[in-house]
Amino acid sequence: MKLAVLSGKGGTGKTFTAVNLATVAEKAVYIDCDVEEPNGRLFFKPVDKTESVVATPLPTFDAKKCTGCRKCVDFCRFNALVFIKDKPKVFAEVCHSCGGCSLVCPAEAVMETEKPVGVVECGRSGNVRVVTGCMNLGEASGIPIIEAALSHAATDEGLVVIDCPPGSACSVMESVKYADYCILVAEPTAFGLHNFKMVHELVTLMEKPCGVIINKTDGEYGAMEEFCAHHEIPVLCRVPYSEKLARLGSSGQIASLSDEETAKLFRGLLTSVSKEVCA
Amino acid sequence: MKVAIPVDENKSGTAVCASFGRAPYFLIHNTENGETEFLANAAADAQGGAGIKAAQFVVDSGAGALLTIRCGQNAADVLNAAGVKIYKTSAGGADENLANFREGKLVLLTEFHAGFHRHQ
Repeated sequence: MKLAVLSGKGGTGKTFTAVNLATVAEKAVYIDCDVEEPNGRLFFKPVDKTESVVATPLPTFDAKKCTGCRKCVDFCRFNALVFIKDKPKVFAEVCHSCGGCSLVCPAEAVMETEKPVGVVECGRSGNVRVVTGCMNLGEASGIPIIEAALSHAATDEGLVVIDCPPGSACSVMESVKYADYCILVAEPTAFGLHNFKMVHELVTLMEKPCGVIINKTDGEYGAMEEFCAHHEIPVLCRVPYSEKLARLGSSGQIASLSDEETAKLFRGLLTSVSKEVCA
Repeated sequence: MKVAIPVDENKSGTAVCASFGRAPYFLIHNTENGETEFLANAAADAQGGAGIKAAQFVVDSGAGALLTIRCGQNAADVLNAAGVKIYKTSAGGADENLANFREGKLVLLTEFHAGFHRHQ
């Protein structure tokens, strides 16, 4: 079972949810796809770490073979190529590594070199295999790193918990692609509801079943309850706001390991999500 | 020398366009024979990399100078590599900016912004 944990807004509790879910399972793989700032490992503190580099192809040009036909420049829909002073030139941060330029070149003047964009770190923390995607500073797109991180659990039959980046953009779509079920973490505020609606629209478009966790509640927020009821989104659980949880989180501890109440809550969540997935 | 200006409309009296990469037209003025032509900017509706494509368009037009309000770093890289000088203009009529250019009143643009839209 592959579960994606996502939220429109940052800071709602994606990592809190994903880390605790993986912790209460008998055995799990946790994949951090928030490659711009992966923080699940701060809680898991994984050991036996290995690292593999993620690289993407980038075109280079053989000036001797280039005939100046500009087919590569015209083909590039991302406008990553220009032809200046009789030479093609690539803008690395605009290039999407599609390889089209080398395919359309009639003179075989385009070669591809590998450009490192990040790493995937694998480690272990108790019963959890911890996979962390990390993007290099200055890179524009995390997609190749997310792809590489997810490939570490492609054939895994057990529980896989995917900690997604915030928002509802391409990197989130990539992260939930293989998920059987999406857990949407929402904050009971007007801002939280707005972003929850966006991310709900995204998973609906992607035809993924989903349920919501309302995190940091302090009483009922009518507008959110109404939205969930109207769209038939199951409310999987409500996590009351608590200073204790905030303190555990800010000191890098996994709440389920030290707080039985939280462990119980997440075991219950895992059971109800399993039922939703099997239903 | 040919001078390129991003403009809002393809007729005389047009204003300089606030955007370089996504300007609908480029005014190309030849200072030697005084001829002016308007070319539709092929990059105006590009999904991404509009500045790069527009810069290529300006280079291909044979212009030796670009008069613009602002310009992105990628486009500036293309123009600099091709030896096109970039001058800073104020908002307002293309004609009056062109006159200022002829009189040597325009200064080179030295500040370039990063992309506005990091796609993905």
